[in-house]
Amino acid sequence: MKHQILVHATTSGGTTTVEALVKHPMDSGFLADKNNKPIPAHYIEVIEFTHNGRVVLTGFWGPAVAKNPFIKFTFAGGKSGDHIGVGWIDNKGETATKSSNIM
Amino acid sequence: MQNPDTAQPHFPKRRQVLTAVAAGGAAALVAPRFAAAAAPTVRPPSAAIYPKAAFLRRSEEGALKSLYGMSTASSSTEVKVDAPEIVVNGAEVPVAVDANLPDITGVAVLAILNPYTLACAYKLPPGTGPAISSRIKLAQTTTVVAVVQSGGALSSASKQVKTTLGGCG
Repeated sequence: MKHQILVHATTSGGTTTVEALVKHPMDSGFLADKNNKPIPAHYIEVIEFTHNGRVVLTGFWGPAVAKNPFIKFTFAGGKSGDHIGVGWIDNKGETATKSSNIM
Repeated sequence: MQNPDTAQPHFPKRRQVLTAVAAGGAAALVAPRFAAAAAPTVRPPSAAIYPKAAFLRRSEEGALKSLYGMSTASSSTEVKVDAPEIVVNGAEVPVAVDANLPDITGVAVLAILNPYTLACAYKLPPGTGPAISSRIKLAQTTTVVAVVQSGGALSSASKQVKTTLGGCG
């Protein structure tokens, strides 16, 4: 899958921990390929996490975020089975979304 | 586990139709079986909220000014930034931020000597913790600064990360 998002959310003691691995080249625009042709910048600009439809984290990423970005964060509340949504948009306007549930 | 995003549109199988009709449950034909879960639709965020200008700044002051309207952050022991002392490859440097401050609304990670100073920024609604880990690229040996916005003030912590190979070319 081109724009795969892996999400893993667990809850313990009233706090939910969300880990996500997003498949994306995150090209900074500073590198050249092996033919010395510059690789144009291509990176995720905004990524948003929701819990049962409520936004729990908005991330703004620049070209300095590593390829296939990983992110881990926590929020208060959440119970097993709750819906976790992830969506992103990159600088070329490509998007991807993913639905998951708290374990 | 049900996954509404990857699941194909659900068409009832013939035997399900027959069972449903037999049960008199005509409504079951209209609604997909798992509609009861009422999973919220996930939409990608709007690119309009992206603080593009902040990501084009080439200094800490410029990036903070553009992002938060304040150009300086006071160094605070309540903010923690965890990154390796030395990395072989700057292309993937794990950076973990944490803070022990009230009313945190924003977290930003800056790499001072990168072409563009700001690496990533996060907007935290109430309830979301400031402990955020992600991986960034470093062009060279540089100071990594974590900035936390709480109650309208900016607090920061920094850590020197030595790279033996750059990640930004």
